[in-house]
Amino acid sequence: MTRVFVPRDAAALALGADAVAGALAGHAAITRTGSRGLFWLEPMIEVETPQGRIAYGPVAARDVPELLGAGMLNGDPHRLRLGRPEELPFLARQTRFTFARCGITDPLSLDDYQAHGGLQGLRRALQLVPMRIVEELTKSGLRGRGGAGFPTGIKWKTTAEASGEQKYIVCNADEGDSGTYADRMLMEGDPFALIEGMVIAAIAVGASKGFVYTRSEYPHAIAAFNAALAIARRAGVLGADVLGSGQAFDIDQRVGAGAYVCGEETSLLDSLEGKRGQVRAKPPLPAHRGLFSKPTVVNNVITLASVPFVLAEGAETYQGIGYGRSRGTMPIQLAGNVKHAGLFEAGFGLTLGEIVNDIGGGTGSGRPVRAVQVGGPLGAYFPPALFDTPFDYEAFAAKDGLIGHGGVVVFDDTVDLAAQARFAMEFCSVESCGKCTPCRIGSVRGVEVIDRIMAGDRVDMHLELLTDLCHTMKFGSLCALGGFIPYPVMSALTHFPEDFRTPQKVAA
Amino acid sequence: MANYEPWDERRGGEIIAAHAGREGATIPILHALQEAFGCVPAAAVPLIAERLNLTRAEVHGIVSFYHDFRSQPPGRHVLKLCRAEACQSLGADSLAAHVRSRLGVDWHGTTPDGAVTLEPVFCLGLCAIGPSALLDDRPLARLDPGSLEAALESAP
Repeated sequence: MTRVFVPRDAAALALGADAVAGALAGHAAITRTGSRGLFWLEPMIEVETPQGRIAYGPVAARDVPELLGAGMLNGDPHRLRLGRPEELPFLARQTRFTFARCGITDPLSLDDYQAHGGLQGLRRALQLVPMRIVEELTKSGLRGRGGAGFPTGIKWKTTAEASGEQKYIVCNADEGDSGTYADRMLMEGDPFALIEGMVIAAIAVGASKGFVYTRSEYPHAIAAFNAALAIARRAGVLGADVLGSGQAFDIDQRVGAGAYVCGEETSLLDSLEGKRGQVRAKPPLPAHRGLFSKPTVVNNVITLASVPFVLAEGAETYQGIGYGRSRGTMPIQLAGNVKHAGLFEAGFGLTLGEIVNDIGGGTGSGRPVRAVQVGGPLGAYFPPALFDTPFDYEAFAAKDGLIGHGGVVVFDDTVDLAAQARFAMEFCSVESCGKCTPCRIGSVRGVEVIDRIMAGDRVDMHLELLTDLCHTMKFGSLCALGGFIPYPVMSALTHFPEDFRTPQKVAA
Repeated sequence: MANYEPWDERRGGEIIAAHAGREGATIPILHALQEAFGCVPAAAVPLIAERLNLTRAEVHGIVSFYHDFRSQPPGRHVLKLCRAEACQSLGADSLAAHVRSRLGVDWHGTTPDGAVTLEPVFCLGLCAIGPSALLDDRPLARLDPGSLEAALESAP
C-alpha cells in the first residue's frame, strides 16, 4: 500500500487529523508524524510517490473519497494538491537545523530518527573529552532559546567546573508564552532530538540525572515525550550505559500545574523540588547551586534540541548564519491574527516587517496590521513603524522589547492597546509568585490605575502614576515576570498613546 | 470525561505512598490524587504532610499555589478556554463572554447540571489556530460560538 503521512501534532488534531487518518485507513499505509508547521494548511498530508512526497492540504475527512478518486495516492492533481512540501515558499525559505525532522519522521521511531541524522551528534560527543563538547557549544554561539539568550556554552562550562558528585540537567518545557509553540511541536514531532541534546549536555557536564518539566497544558507533548523516553531506555540511549559508553544518564518527565511563573528557571527548580514555585534570588546561580542545591544546567527545549545539530555538523556551520551576536537559527512562531501562521526556522536578522508581511502574509482578517507582540506576555507591542527592527536579541532590546522565545503575535486594527496593557497587568497579578512586592501588589494597582485611565479619570496624573509604577516593577522585581510586564504596558503607552485617551472608555 | 472515585483515606494513602519516594514528590502526588479523585481533597493534606515530613500549612501552601489543583471535583467535562494574547487577537474575549453567559457560569464554575466546568487557561500552544480550547484532553481550534457549542453537545 502507498504510504501516507498524517500529522498527529496537537494543532493538526484540533483541525481533524484523526478523522482524516480514519478515512484513509484501509486505503493507504499511514504513518503519523509531527507537523511541518504550516498551520493554515493543516491537516496537511503527504503521499509517498516515486517523485518524492506530494502534499495535500488542508484536508478534511470528507475530502478523502474525492482525493482518492482523483488519484491522490499517485500524487495526481486535485484542488488541494500542494506539490512537494519542501518547495512550498514558506518551507523553501527556511533554514531548518533544529526542526529538520519535524513533520517528516515518525516521532516514535528511533530507526527513522537515525535514518535522518539522529544520534550522530551524540556519537561524536562520546568520542570527545567533555570539555571539548563545551568548547564546541561555546564556539557555536548558541544562546538560550527560552528567552534570556544566555550563552549556552558558558552555562555548561560553569556547571562542568562546579564541584559535586551529583549534577542535574533540567529541561524547561514550561512554554507558557502566548504565541509560542515550538517546544510543543518539537516534543510531539521529534522528541528524540531533545533526549539526544540532554544526553550530550549530561556527558559534557558530568550529570547522571535529567528532568524535563513540561506544562500540564500540553497533554499531547507529555504523552509523546513519555513514549519516547521509554523507547530511548529500551534502546540504551538512556540508562546505566548510554550507547555502550559506560556513562549513566536517565530522564524523568515532570508535569507542571498551571503556574506561568514556573517557566522562570529558579521557580521551576523549586517546583521540581516539590515546593511552591517561587523565584529564588541569584546568586547562587543554578549552575552552582540548582536543583536540590546541586550544580544544574537549566536549558529550554529548543536550546537542548539544537545541540545535536551543533555536534553533528560542527560549531562553524551553526555559527555561520545569524545576525550580530545572535548566531544560528531561531524557530520564529507566527501566531494570532496572521494569514500564514506557522513555525518559521531561520537565521536571526530578518526584519519584523519581513516576518509579519512577507512570510506571514499580513493579518488573517485582511485588515491592516496595527500591533505585533513579540516574545510572549512580557514582550513589547511593536507598531508597523518599528518593522525595520531585525530579529535579534540586542536589536529588540535597543527598541525596549525582547524576542523572548520567538513568538510573534499579530493584531489587526481592531485591537485596543489600553485593554492589552490592562491584560498584561491582570495576567501578572494572577501569575505573580508573590515573592516581590512590586510584582505582587504593583500588578493589582496597575489594573486599577489603567481602569481609571480607561474611564477618563484624571488621565494625565494616572498615566504618570502608571509610568512610575512600571519603573518600580521593572527595577524592584527579582525575575522577568514583574520585571518585564512593564514592556507590554509601556510599549502600548509609548506607541499607541491615543488608545489611552479615549474619553469614558469602559473596561472590558 | 473522567470517572472519579469518592475520597477514601486508605486509597489516598496508597497513592501518596506510591510516589513518596520520588525526588520532589509533592507535585506528582498532587497530580495523582487529582487524577483519582478529581481534586485534592482537604482530607488528603494531613496525609501528605505526615508522609513527606512537612507541616499541613506547607502542604496547603503548595496545593493552593498551583492553579491546576482543585478542592472540589469538576463537572463531567472540563473546558479550558484560552484567554492569552494570540487567541485574543482572534476574538477569544468575546467568545469567552459568550460561553460564560451560555453556560451561566463564571471562570472556575460548574454548570448546575454538573456537565461542564469552565476553566481559563493561558496558552495551549495552539496559537496559530485560535481561539483554542481543550475539552477534557481534546484540542479545539478556530472556535466560534457555534463550533464550541457543537463540541460541547457532542461530548459524551
